[in-house]
Amino acid sequence: MSHATGQKYLKQDSLPLMWCSGCGNGVVLGALLRAFEEMGFKKNETVVVTGIGCWGKADDYITTNALHTTHGRALPFATGIKAANPRLNVVVLMGDGDSVTIGGNHFVHAARRNIDLTAIVVNNYNYGMTGGQFSATTPKDSYTSTTAYGNPERDLDICALADVAGANYVARSTVYHGYDLQNHIKEAIARKGFSVVEAVSPCPTHFGRNNKMKVSVEMLKWLKEKGVSREKYLQLESPEQKGYFVIGKLVDRDAPDFSACYEKIRVRALVV
Amino acid sequence: MQREAKLIQGNQAIAEGAIYAGARFFAGYPITPSSEIAEECSRVMPRIGGVYMQMEDEIASMGAIVGASLTGAKSFTATSGPGFSLMQENLGFAVMAEVPCVVVNVQRSGPSTGLATKPAQSDIMQVRWGRHGDQAVIALSPSSVMECFTLTVEAFNLAERFRVPVILAADEIVAHMRENFTLPAPGEVKVFDRKKPSVNPDSYKPFEPGEDGIAPLAAYGSEYVFHVTSSMHGPEGFSNNSPANAAWKVAQLHKKIERYRDEIVITKTFDVEDMDVLLIAFGAVTRAARAAALEARKEGIKAGVLQLVTVWPFPDREIAELGKKAKTVVVPEMNYSGQVAGEVTRVLGPATDIRRVNKYNGQIITPGDILEEIKRGAKEVL
Repeated sequence: MSHATGQKYLKQDSLPLMWCSGCGNGVVLGALLRAFEEMGFKKNETVVVTGIGCWGKADDYITTNALHTTHGRALPFATGIKAANPRLNVVVLMGDGDSVTIGGNHFVHAARRNIDLTAIVVNNYNYGMTGGQFSATTPKDSYTSTTAYGNPERDLDICALADVAGANYVARSTVYHGYDLQNHIKEAIARKGFSVVEAVSPCPTHFGRNNKMKVSVEMLKWLKEKGVSREKYLQLESPEQKGYFVIGKLVDRDAPDFSACYEKIRVRALVV
Repeated sequence: MQREAKLIQGNQAIAEGAIYAGARFFAGYPITPSSEIAEECSRVMPRIGGVYMQMEDEIASMGAIVGASLTGAKSFTATSGPGFSLMQENLGFAVMAEVPCVVVNVQRSGPSTGLATKPAQSDIMQVRWGRHGDQAVIALSPSSVMECFTLTVEAFNLAERFRVPVILAADEIVAHMRENFTLPAPGEVKVFDRKKPSVNPDSYKPFEPGEDGIAPLAAYGSEYVFHVTSSMHGPEGFSNNSPANAAWKVAQLHKKIERYRDEIVITKTFDVEDMDVLLIAFGAVTRAARAAALEARKEGIKAGVLQLVTVWPFPDREIAELGKKAKTVVVPEMNYSGQVAGEVTRVLGPATDIRRVNKYNGQIITPGDILEEIKRGAKEVL
């Protein structure tokens, strides 16, 4: 069997990609489209929903159904699509701003509702599209366009939030670990209920430049070094100080999804 | 066939109207004085194959009904002041992406949390201009329980026909008022479904208007594959930032409504043939205006009423036609600034004697309040 290329899901006439050189979005897009191919997704039965931001532009390069929404609100739109037609494959592409900053409330409740959506969150630690301001995932004390003297705020762990809010599947990977990322995306899409894959990704144009990693290769090296297995992470002393993060599958549950639960309500409603 | 009359609330009639029109998806967030619509939908939707979703807020509610509509479901939400404010961004999305849906705004007294359980008609300008970006909207305002039903059906029909969100600008009075109601038989009230594409899936352009000015809308999951975006887009549905395209798109959003203006604008008249005093009212206040006009006639003043059933697009021609026959015009409304009276003045011009009756304390405008102004007008002008 030949390897999937994802080409048929790539909107060739929109190329080249609008993203900066060294950006990780193309790697995530490739992983996503190859996952679509490996899963045999039909374009008309698949809807890609995006928010606003650099990664939120990904729908421009995808040949399935797509809905490019408002900033932070991709999940509610996707929730409406999935609840109204549970047969559709609905994948939601958001950045760290969309998913857990402006859209944090929707993220929590999509996970709590366990609606059968797959969120692919590209976390590049800042708002790339608007010029590199800090987001909810920007590490404390790091530099951005709006934290010239270091970030006074603490950062939020996307995967931990998805976990406590009740997501069925949560994994973290990086664009350095491309094959691993693709496998997590596939697992996440296959899983019923709310799934999240956080793809840590370099933004050399803004976050990297502001934090002594101006060249993308430096950022990839950083991802390679800082993204570690849970076992290795637990062996580290005061890991927060070192800026390491766990990659791999973090949550693996099989709770019934919203549509399955609502189907039971329909049966009850007819009996009453 | 014997039909069963029920004593029901306006909010319940709105839910009945939506279901009659074919709505099978409701997403909302509880808020007084609209919550009964959500409650009714939560009971009925699962029994008829529909979906009731209680979202985390009104931002999400508005997003969810747009998403549901794109799968082909007729969808709606219901809210009041604070929730309607939160909905503005995604309501603008529905305008831009041309997604049919209905938003019920049961107006209550503001600003902000205001008098949460008390009526107002102070969102009329927010309904028209609440979102950023230039756009046309359609809004209807019911004055009775029966109109809560019929105008909800009409709101869905207009939404489906013109690919727009339609706002039902109700108020707390009609929403909570109970009147006798008989559910029309299926087919008795016209129900319109959106035009679907008939072209080959390869050549479908989701934003290319047909000869009627409206682009057919496919559904996600059908044989058609399509792209929808909040960004400026061309007929194919993909981003297009060219000045020519932007000019075309913004104009198209307006023109599809302007072209059918006469079919969208609904007004009702009562005793206007020989009137000297014209009352212009909408929503629950129409009832007080009609009572006041009858009282005035008993006292020898020829008063008539023009009810604005459609508030947007503004019934300017209807107002102009009757306004020129009137010696004085009285516009009663439950807000301070005279949101509709201002529009009436714009239409009739400063030379017309236009009188405002405004109440903004959470209390209903009574026939007596209006009669007082009619008499003052009669004394000064007639």
